[in-house]
Amino acid sequence: MSELLGVVFSIAFVARVLLIAVPYALAAMGGAVTERSGVIDLALEAKLLFGAFAAAAVGHATDSALLGLAGGMAAGMLVAAIQVGCSLGLGADQVIVGVALNVVAAGGTRFLLQLIFHEGANSPPCPAYGDAVLSNPIVWLTVLAAITVPFALRRTRWGVRLRAAGDRPDALVAVGVSPTRARLAAALVGGALAGAGGSQLSLAVGGFVAEMSSGRGYIALAMVILSGWRPAWAVIACLGVAAAEALSIAFQVTGVPVAQELIALLPYATTLAVLIIFRGDRRTPPRSLGRI
Amino acid sequence: MTTPDASARPPGAREPGPDPDRVRLLEAVRLPFSGARREILTAVIGLLASIAIGSVLMLIVGKAPGQVWWAMLSDTATDPSLLGQALYRATGIMLTGLAVALPLEAGLFNIGGEAQVTAGVVGCALVGTALPGGTPAVIAIPLCLLAAAAAGGLIGGAIGGLRVARGAHEVITSIMLNAIVPGVALYLGNRALFRNGTTTGAPIASGAELPQLGLGGSSANASIAVAVLAVAVVWWLRARTTWGLAWRAVGQSPEAARTAGISVGRVRIVVMTAAGALAGLAAANFVMGNKHAFEEGLGRGSGFAGISVALLGRMHPIGVVLAALVLGFLSSGGVAVSTLVPKELVEVLQPVVVLAVAAAVPLVRRMEAAR
Repeated sequence: MSELLGVVFSIAFVARVLLIAVPYALAAMGGAVTERSGVIDLALEAKLLFGAFAAAAVGHATDSALLGLAGGMAAGMLVAAIQVGCSLGLGADQVIVGVALNVVAAGGTRFLLQLIFHEGANSPPCPAYGDAVLSNPIVWLTVLAAITVPFALRRTRWGVRLRAAGDRPDALVAVGVSPTRARLAAALVGGALAGAGGSQLSLAVGGFVAEMSSGRGYIALAMVILSGWRPAWAVIACLGVAAAEALSIAFQVTGVPVAQELIALLPYATTLAVLIIFRGDRRTPPRSLGRI
Repeated sequence: MTTPDASARPPGAREPGPDPDRVRLLEAVRLPFSGARREILTAVIGLLASIAIGSVLMLIVGKAPGQVWWAMLSDTATDPSLLGQALYRATGIMLTGLAVALPLEAGLFNIGGEAQVTAGVVGCALVGTALPGGTPAVIAIPLCLLAAAAAGGLIGGAIGGLRVARGAHEVITSIMLNAIVPGVALYLGNRALFRNGTTTGAPIASGAELPQLGLGGSSANASIAVAVLAVAVVWWLRARTTWGLAWRAVGQSPEAARTAGISVGRVRIVVMTAAGALAGLAAANFVMGNKHAFEEGLGRGSGFAGISVALLGRMHPIGVVLAALVLGFLSSGGVAVSTLVPKELVEVLQPVVVLAVAAAVPLVRRMEAAR
């Protein structure tokens, strides 16, 4: 037990929490931006997974982690464009589109692995950031986004239009701005953020593994809802999830006699507990969320 | 003859004519087959679009789509063991498809099928192994079915209850439970159920085993009768009882339903419990009909596949049966052509069907409006 405390109260533990939080926080900010514009963003999982795959593939091809990150962000934007195309362009149900895209991502990345690398579950190695925190540009991107996204939503013309598209699209129409275009712009930014989050997954370990996002997109969305669609609060909530995950790893590493199967469930159980404790109907979603 | 005198009404009173809430309620509960043509059209357009996308993927991997589709059809249709596997898969996803279709008509999206199936598998296997070896089938089978339904229903009811009591969105809680329930099942397995060194538990009482259909050594079994019976019960409830009216009314407009005196919260909890029970019953297929024991990962994937089944089946019980057969056939077909195209290609097709059908819904609506 004292060994566990030693692990938890250390700089290395804090660094691990930060690194674990990066994909959650980027996905949650992406989700907050997309949802505030009125588009339900259940496809976060797909953006993380395709982002992770593209970052590994581009990183492998160019031998540059930075270009890999760019590829991951582009992949997230591509998923967002397909999502908006299906839900706003064709008018399909936004929840169903999101869930379907997530399943497409799980099978689609396997298909691409097979097609490009003739591999079943793992991509060939790509440059990795590893455990480094300060020299990892994705960490800095997260910090930058955590400062600018809340500000931009509140103060900039882009943010005001985006929020109007989510709350009162009719008002936006009245001033001659297309809500659909504002939503597309928001979703692309949101997709890029989530794609960057996915890049961290593969660039941290130097390769893509099938289904490596393992539900993080859904947890990030839960944090968005929990924070009342406020990106800064969502980032803080994601730090909490990351702490829970780091703790469960610390338990497994130090071999404290608790059930490993149950400790691994800590992030999910925490999310569920928080959802139960804090009533959902007191948080008001964007007024036109999910409507066209 | 009296004519209504508009000036006689107090200011602010409602226009004469049917109460708009009542109209919405009546629209919600139209006869079961009134929109059948629209739904069939939607499903067919979605299927055709999926076939087109699948063909493009086949071209990408350098195969002639016609050849692959034909091989899929002819090889699966002529091989009894592939046909049997299609039926085995269809049995499970018929039940999980109902478990999505039923709440979707009540305005709830149940993607907790994975958790509910796993709970059903554990519940069914626990009761099955606890029964004494000589328990006759007339007692063992109903008990095991009941355990499966109860365990699944517990998870479904929890999701519904959290939505009603705590305002927690059912999609998010479902996803968390999809991770938590299999994790707890694995814990139970490792601690108590798995026989040393394996990931398989002790066999259930032989009286609880459902007979195999004997299709080319496939896993197809008598639990298809359970699935068909469940479809019939849901069809009857939906079309012939006030419960069916209530759940569809809640789905169409919760406000209108509330005005009409329906307890929306209670309907939501009952519907989610029933859905969980239906998904849990899929354990009849996996445990009682096939493995006769609890096994790590047994039934995994069938909960998610239920979403495709429900959407392709347009939420109608009969549609769910057809969709389950089509998707069951597709997964066997994927095995049949695995030497021609990578198996991942056919895996991608299932969510593509969902996307295509979801996109076809507004398209068909527009086509109807244009007419």
